[in-house]
Amino acid sequence: MIFKATRLTLAAALLGATTLGAFAEGFTPENPECIAPANPGGGWDFTCRQVGKSLQDQGLLDKTMQVVNLAGGGGGVAFAEVVNKRGDDNDLIVAASSATATRLAQGAYPGNTMDQVRWLASIGADYGVIAVAADSEIKDLPALLDMIKSDPTTVSVAGGSAVGGWDHLKVLIAANAYGIDDVRTVKYIAFDGGGEAVTQLLAGSVQAFTGDISEAKGFVDSGDIRVLAVLSPERLGGEFADFPTAKEQGVDAIGANWRGFYAPGDMSDAAYDAWVQKIADLYATPEWKEVMANNGLAPLDLQGEAFQSFVSDSVAQIQQISKDIGIIK
Amino acid sequence: MMDTLISLADGFAVALTWQNLLLALLGCFLGTIMGALPGLGPSNGVAILIPLAFTLGLGATPSLILLTSVYYGAMYGGRISSILLNIPGDEPAMMTCLDGHPMAKNGMAGQALSLSGIASFVGAFFATWGLILLAPQLVKIALLFGPAEYFALFALAFMTLGGVSSTNQAKSAFAAALGLGLAMIGVDTQTGVPRFTFGEVHLYDGLDFLVAIVGLFALSEVFIFLEHRHGDAEGSAEKIRVGRLTPPLSMLKQTTPTMLRSTVLGFIAGVLPGAGASLGSFISYSFEKRMVDSDGKTFGKGDPRGVAAPEAGNNAAAGGALVPMLALGVPGSGTTAVLLAVLLSLNITPGPLLFSQNPDVVWGLIAALFIANFMLLAMNIPMVGLFTRVLMVPPRILMPIVAMVSFVGIYGISGSSFDLLVMIGFGLMGWVLRKLDVPLVPIILGTLLGNSMENNLRRAITIDNGNWATLIDSPLSIALWLVAIIGFILPLVVGRKVQSKMHHPRDEEGSLAD
Repeated sequence: MIFKATRLTLAAALLGATTLGAFAEGFTPENPECIAPANPGGGWDFTCRQVGKSLQDQGLLDKTMQVVNLAGGGGGVAFAEVVNKRGDDNDLIVAASSATATRLAQGAYPGNTMDQVRWLASIGADYGVIAVAADSEIKDLPALLDMIKSDPTTVSVAGGSAVGGWDHLKVLIAANAYGIDDVRTVKYIAFDGGGEAVTQLLAGSVQAFTGDISEAKGFVDSGDIRVLAVLSPERLGGEFADFPTAKEQGVDAIGANWRGFYAPGDMSDAAYDAWVQKIADLYATPEWKEVMANNGLAPLDLQGEAFQSFVSDSVAQIQQISKDIGIIK
Repeated sequence: MMDTLISLADGFAVALTWQNLLLALLGCFLGTIMGALPGLGPSNGVAILIPLAFTLGLGATPSLILLTSVYYGAMYGGRISSILLNIPGDEPAMMTCLDGHPMAKNGMAGQALSLSGIASFVGAFFATWGLILLAPQLVKIALLFGPAEYFALFALAFMTLGGVSSTNQAKSAFAAALGLGLAMIGVDTQTGVPRFTFGEVHLYDGLDFLVAIVGLFALSEVFIFLEHRHGDAEGSAEKIRVGRLTPPLSMLKQTTPTMLRSTVLGFIAGVLPGAGASLGSFISYSFEKRMVDSDGKTFGKGDPRGVAAPEAGNNAAAGGALVPMLALGVPGSGTTAVLLAVLLSLNITPGPLLFSQNPDVVWGLIAALFIANFMLLAMNIPMVGLFTRVLMVPPRILMPIVAMVSFVGIYGISGSSFDLLVMIGFGLMGWVLRKLDVPLVPIILGTLLGNSMENNLRRAITIDNGNWATLIDSPLSIALWLVAIIGFILPLVVGRKVQSKMHHPRDEEGSLAD
C-alpha cells in the first residue's frame, strides 16, 4: 500500500503552511527567461506568460520575463536543453506540471531524471474529477467503483490523456483507494483531449469521464454531465463548492494536476532562493488569487524544499502505479 | 434558421476588420496567382502560404481567413491558364481546357475568362450557403459517431480517395499506406510506448504534418524545377489576345441553368470524403454534356456551357469539401486535408464541438468566404489581364521564392533545425514519388488521419472487450462500410472508361490531385 504513505504526505503538503528557505538577497535576474516546453496556447505557455506578467505587475521583477517556446517530446526537448546546455543559468525558469512528473516517472524523457533540475515552486493546481452523463443511472462514486469491482468489462472510462497519462492515473488512484487491487482491469479509453472524451461520454460510447475540473466545468454548466467526485482534499470554493469530494464518499483519493516551475540543476543557491521567494510573494498576493480563480486553479502552495519533496513523492507514486499497470518494468 | 443567420451576422462582425479584409484580399490575390501558375494548385498554394501565416503571428481566425481565401482564389485562378494556354493551372481546372481554349482560339478569350469567373462565383456563392445549412445539421448527427463509426468514416475517406480521379488505384493505396506508416512515428497514446523514434526525442511527438506538407508539396516543386531547369509556360500567354471582357447577355442567359445544375453536382461531390474538386468539375462537365449536347456537336469546340459547367462545379466542390472538415474533422479533399492540419496546429480541433466552442472561428471563416468570393469576382473580371501577365513570371524567379518561404516559414514555426532536415527529407521523397507518378495527397491524409484512425479502432475494440464485431454493430457504421466498399470497387469497374475521358487533357504534374 504505497499509496497510503504518499497520500498522507501529499495531504500534509497540501494542507501545510509554506516552508520557506532563508530570505534571499543579493540576486536579481538580469535577463529573466521562462521556457514553455510547448507551443503557444497550452497550459505551460500560460504558466510562463501569466507568471511573467504578474511578477512584473507586482514589482517583483523589474524587467519583462522573456518567454521562449521550446516544444517537443512532451517537454523532453526543453528538459534535455536545460540539463545539457543551460545547467548553470541563474536567470532561467521552466514551466512544469503533473505531466512533467508523469513523464519523468515513466522514463519518457530518455536519459533524464528529476534530480537533474531544481524544483522551485507550485502556482496552483487543477483537481481531477470523475463524471458521468447527466442522465446516467450511476449516482455517486462508490456506485461507479462497485460496478468496476464486480465486472470491470461493463464500465469504460474515457479521459483526455494517453494510457499511463495523468487522467488515467487519477481513476486508478481512486480505484486503488476503494480496494480494487488489480487496477489493470479498469478499462480506460484514451481520447485526444478532454473535449473529445466528454463528447464520447455524451454519445454513450463510454460510461464515465476522468479529467480536470477546468475541462469539465463548461459541460457541467450546460447540464450535460454530472460530477461524481472531485479528487481534492476538501471541497473547493466558489462555484465548485457543489461538487462532492471523493474523500467524503469514503474514497480516500487525491489527484491534482499541479502547475509550477523547475530551474537548472546548477543554479546558484542565492538565485534559487531568490526565485523561490519571488514566486512565494506572488502567490501570496490577492491579484494572484484572482488569476487562479479566473483560470480554474485551486490552491497548491508549495515552495522550495517542500515542493522538491512533493514532486519526488508524486514521481515515486506514479512510478509504482505505472509498474502495477505494466507501462514500465 | 434564425439562429444560423444571427451566427452568420456575428461572423461578419469578426471578419469585417481591416486586418481580416486585407488578409482576405491578399489571400485572394495570391491564391489566384497560385491557381493560374501551372503546377501550383490549391494544395501546394495553401501549403506554401502556411509558413507565412505563422510567421506573421496571426491568430486562428485571421490565419484561416488568409488560407481559405487562397483556397478559393486558386479555384478561380486555375481556369486562366486552362483557357489561355490549354495547360490547366491546377488539376480541377483541366475540364475547363476542353471548351475554354477553343473559345480563346475563336477570339473569345476575354468572354471565356469573364464567363468562367461568373460561373466560379455562382458555384462558390451557393456552395457557401450549402456549407452554412449543411454543416450544423451534420454536427447534430455527429453524436451518433462513436469510435467504431469514426473508424468506418476514416476507412471510407481512404477507400474513396483514389476514386475516379486517380490514374492508378494501387498507387493511391500505396501512398495512403505510406502515410499511415509515417503516422505511426512517435509515442503511441494508447500504451505510452514510443514507436520508430530511435531514441530521438524530437520524434516523440511524431512528425509535424505541416513540415511534411511543405516538404512534399512546396519543396518537391523546387526539386522538379531544378531537374528540368526550364519552364514551358514561359511567355506563351502573349500569343493570345484577351479581347472583349464582358460576355453578351444572351450567353449569360444560356449558361445560367448550367451553372445552377453544376453547382449542385459539384457541391455533392465536394461533401463526399476524398472526392474533391477534380471530381466536381468532371461530373459537372460530363453531366452537362449529356444534358444539352448529347450528340456531341458543340461541346469541345468552344461551347460557353462547357466553360461554365466545370468552373461552377469545381468551385462548388471547394465549398462542399469544407463541410465534412468543419463538422466531422474529416477532410473532403486534398486541400481541406492541408487546412485541417493548419487548424490542428492552431490548437483548434475540428469536429462536433467546433461550432459550440469556437463559434467565432467557424462563422468568421464562413463570413470571410462570402467576402472573399465577392473580392474574387471583382478581381477576376476587370483585373484578369494582370493575372495573365503573371503567367509570364519565369520559374527561375518563382522557385527560389518558394524555397525561401518554405525554409524561413518552417523555421519560424518550430525554431528547430531538426524540422528543416525532416522537411528536406520530405521534399526529396515528394520528388521521387512524383517521378513515379504516386499521388501525394493520400500520404498527407495518412499522416494526418492515421493516428485518429488507429486510436478509434483500438478504442472501439477496447470498449467492447476485444470483440471485433463491434465495428459493424450500428446501422450507421454498416452504411459507412457499404459506401466505402462501393467507393473502392466502383472505380475499378467503371474507372477505366471514365479515366480515359477525364485524363485526356491532363496536367503533367497530375499527381497533385485535389
